[in-house]
Amino acid sequence: MDGKVVDARGLSCPQPVVLTQKALKEEITPFNVLVNSEVSKENVLRIVNKFKMQSEVKEEGEDFIITVSR
Amino acid sequence: MYSLQEGAMRNIFASRTGIITVGSVIGILATLLQTFGNPPNMGICVACFERDIAGALGLHRAGVVQFIRPEIIGFVIGSFLIALFTGEYKPRGGSSTVIRFFLGIFAMIGALVFLGCPWRALLRLAGGDGNAILGLLGLIAGIAIGVAFLKNGYSLGRTQANRNASGWIFPAFMLALFLMLVFNVSFSEEHALFFSAKGPGSMHANIWISLVFGLVIGALAQRTRFCTMGSFRDVMLAWDFHLISGVGALLVIAFLMNLILGQFNAGFEGQPVAHTDHLWNFLGMLLAGLAFALAGGCPGRQLFLAGEGDADSGVFALGMITGAGVAHNFAMASTPKGVGGFGPAAVIIGIVFCLMIGFTMREKFTV
Repeated sequence: MDGKVVDARGLSCPQPVVLTQKALKEEITPFNVLVNSEVSKENVLRIVNKFKMQSEVKEEGEDFIITVSR
Repeated sequence: MYSLQEGAMRNIFASRTGIITVGSVIGILATLLQTFGNPPNMGICVACFERDIAGALGLHRAGVVQFIRPEIIGFVIGSFLIALFTGEYKPRGGSSTVIRFFLGIFAMIGALVFLGCPWRALLRLAGGDGNAILGLLGLIAGIAIGVAFLKNGYSLGRTQANRNASGWIFPAFMLALFLMLVFNVSFSEEHALFFSAKGPGSMHANIWISLVFGLVIGALAQRTRFCTMGSFRDVMLAWDFHLISGVGALLVIAFLMNLILGQFNAGFEGQPVAHTDHLWNFLGMLLAGLAFALAGGCPGRQLFLAGEGDADSGVFALGMITGAGVAHNFAMASTPKGVGGFGPAAVIIGIVFCLMIGFTMREKFTV
């Protein structure tokens, strides 16, 4: 996996969004966000969209790897 | 790999249209529950109804608020069934369990000082109860404090996947309560179950209507991730208006329904199951809002998560039921006449507890 990783697996709402937001503000793209629930994935995608960034989602077992880039 | 658009299509309920529709449906069902017999401005109140269940079980002995509310049961089981169907049922838990239990206790104490959870605050406002304004302001203030903690690294830690039993225990407990209600289980005059002969506990819709409405709301809310606390939190945290659009829909539709059904009565004095102590309406809900924010969900959301297999949310809900027992046994709960003897002190203690949790439960997450 290239770039920084935000490991938000197992964290309850709104931690995944808080951490993603921090990473977006620090402008360290591209970076990956790891979540392992549908809800967290939806929430992270929503904030990435809000920051007008691109996102790609890969499923790996129980986890979702969301790659955030410009 | 797919875009946000495609992602949203996998769960149409998680879209903006979806949550507004669901908020509207909840507004309709909640006001109808009142028409069908639930207490005024209390078509749904997660805190009050969990308190009524606590009463039925004898965890407190306030005679006017004892009933097994099928709405609560429906919320959990409706969520459980839809989560099973969509593959989102995942037994999990282990994230600061005892802390969540006590957050639940204090959340209930705060709610019972105001006489409502956020759902009821919205319904009270939709019914014309001006006192709900103070409650909602307090709720927002409490959530704002929670947001500050969240921005500073507050976290109760990671949850872990569990084996099956820890996921279905809470839905099974709810089912057991419903069966006890249906079969009118009662051990003797002095033993559970207790059912109010008068007062709000005696005012309820037909239990099957309550159950079915609860199941529908449970399923829809699980799908849309509906959360009254989260709706205000997301605005403050990320200027995100997704959840609050659903909550706004609930408020507007409930208000319109109340007008149509003749259930709207504007004012501050003499509102049903409400008091006019502005300060403690505000502070009670501040405590509740802060506790919900620290626990990651409003009381409804905690029930929907518990249905999904989240044992930590189940523990929070059990904390709320316990807190109802504590609140009434220790004269913390309010009545329409005003706050209880120990209510204000309990709210202060609760706020201090929550602040302690907020300050001490911090993790440094590095990217």
